[in-house]
This record gives sequence, C-alpha cells and structure tokens, in this order.
Amino acid sequence: MTQTRQPILEGRKITVRFGPGCDYCRSHPEIEKGRCPHCHTIWAVRDVDFQLYPGEILGIVGESGSGKSTLLRTLYFDRPATQGEAYLSLYHQGQANILEASSQQKRYLRNHLMGMVYQNPTMGLRMRLSSGANVAEKLIAAGNRNAGQMIGRSQQLLRHVEIPVERMKDPPCVFSGGMQQRVQISKATANNPPILLLDEVTTGLDLSVQAKVLDLIRSIQKELGIAMMIVSHDLGVIRMMADRTMVMLGGRVVEEGLTDQILEDPLHAYTQTLVSSLL
Amino acid sequence: MGYVAVTGGQEAIEASIQLLKDYRSGGEEALSIEVIQQRMRLLIDRIMSEAGLYAPDYAALALKQCEGSPEEAVFLLRAYRSTLPRNYTSRTVSGEQMHIRRRISSAFKDIPGGQVLGPTYDYVHRLLDFSLAQEDEQELQQWKKQFRSQAEEENGQQELADTAPRVLDLLRQEGLLEEVPEDRSEPCDVTMEKLPIPAPRSAVLQTLTRADTGFISGLAYSDIRGFGMSHPTIGELRYGTVEVLVDHPLLEGQPWYVGEIEITEVEGLMGSRPGSNGIGVGYGCVFGRNDTKAIAMAVLDHALTLEDTGPTSDAEFVLLHGDCLEMNGFISHLKLPHYVTFQSKLDGLRSQKKEQNP
Amino acid sequence: MTKKTNQTDYNFAFLDEGSKREIRRSILHAIAVPGYQVPFGSRELPIGRGWGTGGIQLTMSLIGPHDKLKVIDQGNDDSVNAVSIKNLICRTTGVETTTDTAEADIIQSRHRVPEEPLREDQVLVLQVPQPEPLRGVDPHEEVTRQLHADGEYTGIWVNLFELLLTKGSPFRGADHPVMADGRYVMNPSPIPRYDNPKLHQAQCLYLFGAGREKKIYAIPPHTDVVSLAFEDHPFRQEDLSGRKCRLCGAENVFFDELFDEATGQRYYQCSDTGYCQKRRRQQAQQRGEQQ
Repeated sequence: MTQTRQPILEGRKITVRFGPGCDYCRSHPEIEKGRCPHCHTIWAVRDVDFQLYPGEILGIVGESGSGKSTLLRTLYFDRPATQGEAYLSLYHQGQANILEASSQQKRYLRNHLMGMVYQNPTMGLRMRLSSGANVAEKLIAAGNRNAGQMIGRSQQLLRHVEIPVERMKDPPCVFSGGMQQRVQISKATANNPPILLLDEVTTGLDLSVQAKVLDLIRSIQKELGIAMMIVSHDLGVIRMMADRTMVMLGGRVVEEGLTDQILEDPLHAYTQTLVSSLL
Repeated sequence: MGYVAVTGGQEAIEASIQLLKDYRSGGEEALSIEVIQQRMRLLIDRIMSEAGLYAPDYAALALKQCEGSPEEAVFLLRAYRSTLPRNYTSRTVSGEQMHIRRRISSAFKDIPGGQVLGPTYDYVHRLLDFSLAQEDEQELQQWKKQFRSQAEEENGQQELADTAPRVLDLLRQEGLLEEVPEDRSEPCDVTMEKLPIPAPRSAVLQTLTRADTGFISGLAYSDIRGFGMSHPTIGELRYGTVEVLVDHPLLEGQPWYVGEIEITEVEGLMGSRPGSNGIGVGYGCVFGRNDTKAIAMAVLDHALTLEDTGPTSDAEFVLLHGDCLEMNGFISHLKLPHYVTFQSKLDGLRSQKKEQNP
Repeated sequence: MTKKTNQTDYNFAFLDEGSKREIRRSILHAIAVPGYQVPFGSRELPIGRGWGTGGIQLTMSLIGPHDKLKVIDQGNDDSVNAVSIKNLICRTTGVETTTDTAEADIIQSRHRVPEEPLREDQVLVLQVPQPEPLRGVDPHEEVTRQLHADGEYTGIWVNLFELLLTKGSPFRGADHPVMADGRYVMNPSPIPRYDNPKLHQAQCLYLFGAGREKKIYAIPPHTDVVSLAFEDHPFRQEDLSGRKCRLCGAENVFFDELFDEATGQRYYQCSDTGYCQKRRRQQAQQRGEQQ
C-alpha cells in the first residue's frame, strides 16, 4: 500500500550490544536469546532494518528481551547504538544519520520531530511535577517563553486526553496508571511531532483502561496523521493497532509484513507459535 | 524581642571558646598526647585515613583539642594540611612489599605465605571487661615485657618471612580474573583539583579511601544486602607497614627513604559482570588498621564500575557525599542565620495567601 | 613533634603561595567566561565547608597586606559567622577591616549585595552554597555540564513554570537564576531578588566561590546579567513598598523584619547594617551642623 512512498524514518543495520563480543558470536547471528554462550555478550538489537512510512502504524512484537524496547529507545536516543544508521526524512532531507547527531541536535530531534510514550511513566514524566508543567516542558524545550500561552496549550492538550483542567496542578504521582499514560501522550504530542514512539503503553493497565488508551491513540493518529511505532508483547494490541508488523526474536527481525498477512499466514516458526497462542 | 539578627558576635564567640576550654578540661587528670597516640590507635588510624594525612602525633593533638570528636579532629588535620606546601610526590607504594602483620583470605584456606591473624577483634567476645576499670599499670607493663621477649624468642627460632606474594596473582596467572587494561597515566589528585566526572579510577580510589568510614561502610552494606549486585569474597586482606620513598632531590634516579606507614589493603573477588567471564576485582586500601573500611572500599570500587541502577553504581552519589568535611560542614551550616532567604519564603507565602483570599 | 605556634607559623593569608596562585588562575578563567563554573582544587580551611570556604579562598588568594576588608553575613557586619571569617583573615594577614562599603577594597558577603553601589576598584566576593542552577533538574554533574555546554536550560524554565502554576509567581525567593552575558545560566547565590539587578552592567567585579562544591565563577564589570522571566511575567523584585527603616528612615532598601513581642508590632530595619550606621552618622552630623 504505502511502499512506493518515501519512508519518514528508516533504520539500517541497527545494532545495540552489551559486552565486547567474540569471534564466535560475531560470526553467529542466530545465537539463542541474543546471548553469546562463550563471552556472555548480549546482542540486544542486531542488524535491524526497518522503514516507517508517513501516517502509518508500524507494530513491533516479540517476547520480553527480544530487543523491541531497546530499538525504540535507541531511536529516541535514550541509549546509544553500537552500530547502524537511522534517517529521518525531515532532518537534512534524510541524508544525515541521526544516531550520530550531536547531543544538541538529538535534543532538537526529540523535541520537534519525535514523541515517546514509555511503558513506565516515571521514564517519561517527572512524577512530582504538576501535569501542566510536564506537558509544558515540551513547549519550553521548543523555545516557547510565554507562560500564559503555554498554560492555555497544556490545558487544551490535557482536555484532549480527558484529564480535567482542574487537575492540571496535580502531579502524575497521584494519578492512576491510565491517567499517567494519558498525560504522557499529551506531552509526547505537544509539539505536533510527525513521529510518535509507543513502548508497551498499555502493559499493566486494566483491560477496560487499555481499550480506552488504545482508542485515544487511534483517534490522535487519525486526527493528526502521525506515523507511529508501537512496541508490544501482546499480539492483540498489535492486531488492533498496526498496519504493518515486525516480529523480533533474540534482537533480530525474523518476519515483517502487513499485520493481517502475518496473523493469517505466519512464515517463521516463532511467529506461528505466537499467533497460535492468540485467542 | 524575638526575630533579630544575631549581633554582638565577637563577644559571643569569645565566650563560647572559653566555655569549650572549660569542657575540654573536665576532671583533674591530664591527657597526654602520648597516651592518646599509643592507646587510641584505632581512633588515630581512622582520623588519619579520613583526613588523608598520615601524622599520628598531629592526629592525637587534634583529638585532645576537640574532646575526642572524630569529625572535628579530621577537620583540624585537613585544615592544617592546607597550610603545607607539597614538596615531593612519593614513588608508587606496592602492597606486595608490605611487612605483614595480619593477612587473611576467605577464598582459600591455604595460601602461599600462610594466613596470619595478627591483632584483630574479630574473635574476641565483646564482653565489657570490668577489671580494666582498675587495671594495674605496673602489672600491665610487666606482662608486656614478658610477652614481647617470648615472641622474639619464638620468631628467632622460626625465621618467619614477613612479606608474601598476593593471593590474587594465582588466579590472575590462571586467567580467571577479569582483564583490566593497564593504566599508566599520571594519577589524578583529588586534593589539588575538583573531582573530575566521569572520575578516573585513581580519583575514585582516592575519594573512597578518604571517605567517612561510616558512610562507605553503610553504602557497601546496602550494596551487598540487596540494593546492588555484589557478592564479594575477600581474596586477601593484609595489614602491615610499607616504606615510602621519594626521588632523591640531589641524586637523580635514586630513591630516598622518608619513613613507613601502616596500611590495610583488600582485594575483593566480586563475581563476573554481564559480557565478561572473568571474576571482577574490587580494591581497597586505607591508612592504618581498619578492615571494615578497606573491605567497604573494595566493594564500592567494583560496584562503581557496574552499569546498574542501584545507588552504589551512581558515581556522583557515592563520591560526592562521603567526605567528612563536606557532609558535616554542609549539615552544620544549617545553624547559620538564613534570615534573608527565610524572609523571602515568608513574603512569597504571604502574597500567595493574599491572592488566594483577597 | 616540632612545636608550632598559632600565628607566626602560618603563611600570609593562611594558604601557601602555590595554592593562592592556582586559585587566582581559576579566577581569571572565570572572569574570561562570565557565569561559567570553573572547577578548582578547593582547599580545606579551619572553617567549615558550607560556612563560606569558597568565599574565603577567593578573598585569601586576592588580599594584600594593604587592602581593607569588609565581611558581611545577611547584610550584617557583626553577625557571628562574618566575625569569625573576619577573625581568620585578619589573624593570618593583619589587614584592616571596615564596615563602610565605600572604604573597602574587598567585600566578602553571604546572601546580600551592599546597598551602596560598588566602584571599579572594588571586588565583591559572594559565598555560594549551590553553584549549579541545574542541580534541581538533575543531580548529576556529568549531565548538568552537558546541559550547560549545549545551552539547554529547559529544566530551569520548567521549574519556574511550575512555580507559576502551583504558587502563582514564577520567581524564586532568593537565588533566582540569571543569564550571564547571554550564554550561561547561573545562580547569583541566595541573594534576594532585590539584589539581582545590581549584577547587571555593574562597575565592580563579582566573584562567586563555592568551597564544598569546588567551583568559582564571576561576573566581570559591564556584563549583561538578566534575571530569568517569562515574556508575559516580567521580572519583579520583592514588594518593599510602604516599608521604612525604624533607625535611619531609609526607604526602598532591603529590610530585616522585626517583631516587638511587647507591643505586638512589626517593624523594619535596614538589612545592610553598615549602610544604616553610615546614614545615621551622617544624619547626626547634619543635625550637629544645624545647631
């Protein structure tokens, strides 16, 4: 469907490694769980290629430890990549490897072109700071110095995720898990970024709350046309949200395609087990 | 009148100093520097270690001057050190050349050179000895004379060597220890520059060895109890004297003996980290006889190299909060007047109240 | 043990000459880059860390035998800590002290800038408890240093925004951060906001010393110093209107607030005691001349 277009974000051979690596694991890409039995080096992400197209939702599914969250955090510069390249079409016409940008440039990319929602809200929010200030942080980071304007915009964003304006002064630490995720979403979308990264955002939430948060993400995606990468170990979430899906195992991508295709006709043995366990 | 700036500062300070002298001179028995130095050895060792100044006589003087407060004594020594020019830098002192008085390993029973228990409270029942309250000094001296002559006799018969190879060298030769690249760069000196961050190992070790004993013991305890990931085994703990040499000021290339110091040195076996199959080693070395501090230092030295989320892997948390002068100074500064800042707080609170209930 | 006596065996201004020279070099570095925190090998002093050791080291490294010194704490020349610092410096240098701001060559202060404007030939040394304006944003030096290098001050603005949102005013009571020379955000030390504008395009040299944190920074004369404020909430000093010193009658200065238990009355007095005394002396003189 979208394949003829230019990707908005593209990753090439991204690798994140913990440990020095040895001759054995360097020459054996398919070591079990990405952990070298000889030198104990962990290949959290290994030679991952991907394309994210404008306006689509790309799902990444895999068991815990398969490297999917590490990949997302590497793209958001929370941790450095050992190797590999990533190109963002809105940054230097997609000609500069963002993984090698300066810390200043990386901040610009995070504040203007990307948003991130973490599984653990303490990663994305300052829990003891008011929700309003948490959202405004993104606006300030983008250079806004008009307090009144920012208060107005924060109110608007929080209202959008159904957080009552009178709770704007409350810190996220007094909120429920679902509310915390909604504050994260309004913060991540504050500057209308073209790309949103979502890391297991519904894990640990009640089923009814899960559905609500996913609905919200869907509606934001429709409304703003943001391209999203959604990481989840839950194939149900992926089925509901993703246009295309990548399956990760032991740090590598083992299968990739349209979500329906992967669900109906999985090729890789691991994907088949995954799909068969889906009710 | 209550809320008034402290005035008449000069007289108040002078009176307070007089009162201190009165407190310091409690009772009628004189306290000699000699007695403090000879009979409060462990306290002296601790003070010298935290002060980072090896001077038993000045440490004793400091203790006399401050009613025995370790915090104050360390303070006095550090301040005194600031007035001294640095004329020489010693040559590297190697624990291998230590004249050993105590040496144990909890990793191996039989070690080349043997285990030497030496003076330790480890196996003493901690029962208050009421007889010491009325100890006869003459008897004590007599006992000591006898003990020493007997010990000399026995030593003379056995010809014991007082140096020994390191226990860990055995493991190192077998390739079982984690490999650490050799670092021959000039060590950083944390007494002459602000601690660089990220801190090189030399700065880490210096900071730990000068740290408050209680602080690093508590941190190391938290690390092994569950807030970190160390499961240490003491490869070797040795205590004894080492010689300090400097470059001869006139004869180029010649060493010049300037004295000997007592140190406690620990090499801890800390388990292997992800991505390595060798055993990691933590190193501790402190002035004087202080097993606990040296072990705690070894635990923290290793914990700081782990990329863990616990407090003991957070270099700035560990290295910036354990200095005796810094922590006690900042806590005690809370006693200074804060009238201006507190006034601003009050003003803010009042105007906030006014806005809320106009 | 060699016998040492207290006064004669210490070097002039306590520290050895090498240490003083090293500190002066750090001062030059700080002057060259306004607002930049220069790390230095802070020495231990007979006075406690956190009690003004940064300021003392600056003063000690600069002072000469013919300088006149003024030391104040919260504006007060006679406060215990000011007296104690003055004693140490005088005992090891033999310099003269003064309470008159205009007479002093070096003024060391905690929490205040004197009321009388300072001249080109004067140095104001401020004692600093926390030199890092980003410390409330991240406890790690490695992080905050990178943020300074990148000119990334979002965290500070977020904290001011939070103050506005939850407390109704985007200003810190004391130590309200300033932008120095358009480059580095810095803590002006816990002076009231009333004193912040005195740093802007001043005649004198301001030096800031943090002994425990081992940093020196500076505002050289004629430097732009702007207190941080949102576009729609211009910088505001404390509201001192309607207040008057009960001793000298001064208005529009910074006041200590006093409370008379007997009468239940609240009244005000100049926080800068040297200034207040000088005014009263002048007033008495004028009265004498009139009679």
